[in-house]
Amino acid sequence: MINARFSIPEREPAKRGRNLIPSPVILLLLLLANPCWSAGEGGYTLRAHVDLSDRKSLQRGARTFVNYCLSCHSASFMRYNRLGRDLHISEDVLKENFMFGTDKTGDTMTVALNRREAEKYFGVAPPDLSVTARSRGADWLYTYLMTFYRDTSRPNGVNNLAFEDTAMPHVLWQLQGWQEPVYKEEVHEDGRVSQVIDHLEVVTGPVEKPQPYQEESYEETVSDLVNFMVYLGEPIKLKRNKIGAWTITYLLVLLVLVYLLKREYWRDVR
Amino acid sequence: MTKRLLALRDWVDARFPLLQLWNDHLARYYAPKNFNFWYFFGSLALFILVIQIVTGIWLTMNYKPSAELAFASVEYIMRDVEWGWWIRYMHSTGASAFFIVIYLHMYRAMLYGSYKRPRELLWIIGMLIYFTLMAEAFFGYLLPWGQMSYWGAQVIISLFGALPVIGDDLALWIRGDFVVSDVTLNRFFSLHVIAFPLVLCGLVGAHLIALHEVGSNNPDGVEIKDNKGADGIPLDGIPFHPYYTVKDIVGVVVFLIIFCAVVFFQPEMGGYFLEANNFIPADPLKTPEHIAPVWYFTPFYAILRAIPSQFGGVVAMGAAVMLFFFLPWLDRSPVKSIRYRGWNYKIALALFTLSFIVLGWLGLQPATTAYTWMARLFTLIYFLFFLLMPFYTASDREKPVPDRVT
Amino acid sequence: MKSVEVNSERRRFLTTTASVVGGAGALATTIPFVSTLTPSAKAKAIGAPVEADIDDLEVGERKIVKWRGKPVWILRRDDAAIDELSELDDDVKDPASNTEQQPFYARNEYRSQRAEYLIVLGICTHLGCSPVYARKGEGEAHRLGADWKGGFFCPCHGSRFDLAGRVFKGVPAPSNLVVPPHQYLSDTRVLIGDDSAVVQS
Repeated sequence: MINARFSIPEREPAKRGRNLIPSPVILLLLLLANPCWSAGEGGYTLRAHVDLSDRKSLQRGARTFVNYCLSCHSASFMRYNRLGRDLHISEDVLKENFMFGTDKTGDTMTVALNRREAEKYFGVAPPDLSVTARSRGADWLYTYLMTFYRDTSRPNGVNNLAFEDTAMPHVLWQLQGWQEPVYKEEVHEDGRVSQVIDHLEVVTGPVEKPQPYQEESYEETVSDLVNFMVYLGEPIKLKRNKIGAWTITYLLVLLVLVYLLKREYWRDVR
Repeated sequence: MTKRLLALRDWVDARFPLLQLWNDHLARYYAPKNFNFWYFFGSLALFILVIQIVTGIWLTMNYKPSAELAFASVEYIMRDVEWGWWIRYMHSTGASAFFIVIYLHMYRAMLYGSYKRPRELLWIIGMLIYFTLMAEAFFGYLLPWGQMSYWGAQVIISLFGALPVIGDDLALWIRGDFVVSDVTLNRFFSLHVIAFPLVLCGLVGAHLIALHEVGSNNPDGVEIKDNKGADGIPLDGIPFHPYYTVKDIVGVVVFLIIFCAVVFFQPEMGGYFLEANNFIPADPLKTPEHIAPVWYFTPFYAILRAIPSQFGGVVAMGAAVMLFFFLPWLDRSPVKSIRYRGWNYKIALALFTLSFIVLGWLGLQPATTAYTWMARLFTLIYFLFFLLMPFYTASDREKPVPDRVT
Repeated sequence: MKSVEVNSERRRFLTTTASVVGGAGALATTIPFVSTLTPSAKAKAIGAPVEADIDDLEVGERKIVKWRGKPVWILRRDDAAIDELSELDDDVKDPASNTEQQPFYARNEYRSQRAEYLIVLGICTHLGCSPVYARKGEGEAHRLGADWKGGFFCPCHGSRFDLAGRVFKGVPAPSNLVVPPHQYLSDTRVLIGDDSAVVQS
């Protein structure tokens, strides 16, 4: 059950600390300090599992991205041929399964959707997703995609725990099904009692998942998608650590040499 | 071959004081032999300046200073240009590294009294460099045209708007438009890539000339020129080249190891060097929920927010920077180095250090009531460090200073 | 200086080693800087080879594809048209395409890899206008004479080319139409801008 994941809300102090894993103590303090999930920036956050070395996951994420996200969102700084090269997708497969709007592999991942039309329909134009993983953070993206729930007061019928009153419909509903919130009572400091969302529950399971999603859980699908979006945010991330390791190794060798040189010269002094 | 090269050298030397420059500034520039860890940061700052200029030139080749294209051109550099990501990360990391090194360099001067007679002008030129560097960083920060770039510029320009009478016109004049816009971006680009780097290079040259005129201070605060041997060479001096060149190279390599660790492994540095919100293109209609300046401005930003009046805040912030200029005259202590100062100064400096760091941290936090009061307390300490300096340094109980360096 | 038994050999060795290793690092650092100056992914994408379908091309029809911002013509010729080319050998400046301006596979009478298809840049070699296609029999209409065997004429300065893109004598264009690098991916698809798979026999 998906709602099991929400019963122990893990929290993080916004996205500044993506790399600084907060200790359980800090997590606990934050949990006590801010017991309401009311969304907004840095509110309720699930942890994404990001592993850029998992090429299969990146490939699956790319597939989901082009199948679902790319219908409305562009990734206009990303070129298809780079995607193919970095994720080891052959040109034929790339053209067959990933490129729908163009046949030039050097093109960027733009979208045919008319921005003005989209603005009329959604209220806002769907943002470009090239660097969203860098501005929002992987955990936010993961939480966002996991926590759509039914809300009849919204024009598009859904709301979201990570992004209150989001304009985006739950595009992946076929894969997740529909969730509804389970409320709990909360007593405020001033004695006021209000209903807050405790967790989400899947009320209607996914209907006829399309291939190739039948074998994987929704969490896995979203995990792969977020993983891919982290890559999308900074494609060189796949390589820069390796280049860095070589550079630093070289510098350490150089350090030994220049230190010996310094010591040799400084024997004169004193 | 060697003969030919020597002949070439002599040919040049007859027409340009090559040998003299080499001797004056390296081979026969005598520096105290007791430099410690704190003395690496001068040469490191120069090294970073070179990194910033070179990577800056390369970035300019692909960057487009227009509101329409700027954000995309940065991503173009990050993705489409071969190695463009590396150049960009070097430059963005270099900016923060520059401030770290400059702050440590300035702190060294405060530890060992390097601003005191006869080095007052050297200190003032150094402060002008710091001032220019802040302007350079501020102009450069607008260029990626992300949300933080945009709103950071908006806020800082508004500070000028707080000045009485001329404020609004001044802010309008700086922007060249009614809001921060394409026009502003274009002129900031010009200032960032041409005007301020030129000023910076000129000032760095002047800083070095002034330094080599008066000679370097040292951790003992003893003038090595007061003790010269029969040959006229300071007894405690050693030629800068080769002794300090080989030593500074070690410093440069250690710096590069740390620097590369950031560039290759943590270029965002957890959001301190590259902020998450700056990966959202500038949107004049929507301010990010939490905006804070880049870390190197935060102590002054915290002071700004601590003062309950807008104009007062701007004045306090300006004063917080300007007070450094007066250090040589505020400090009445007869000794330079902290090693021989009394407790008054040691405690004062410790409190100042603490307040600078805490204010820097507070500048990054949202302004809650508790934080604001904390900021007020530490702002007070910050200013008292300077304003009471003539008194506590004059009444300090110093230790005897040795004649020679230890 | 107080030269206390300086081990100058060790000193020289360390200086040399550190200089060489440091110099190598400095040299390696220039690689990224030089690489940034090469065409970017965007420039490469814009100049990338383009594929064209030729199975729907009728005899005598011409297709125009854009490659690096320029028009590339693909013209399908029948045997009769190819046979007629040799009759024009005396009227054209460079009948055997000997001028060094095109790939080796265009250095023949019909100026193409496969005689059936002519693939040329649709840019007049005189001043860069794009010539007009005039079929056989349309000579009168374009004032090219009744014996026009089909080819191209430039509307700017009247240069004329035959169905192999060969320039006629007495017109301002100095040389034949340029054949771009290209290769056949299959019998029905051709790739313009890349001839890496074409081998010179």
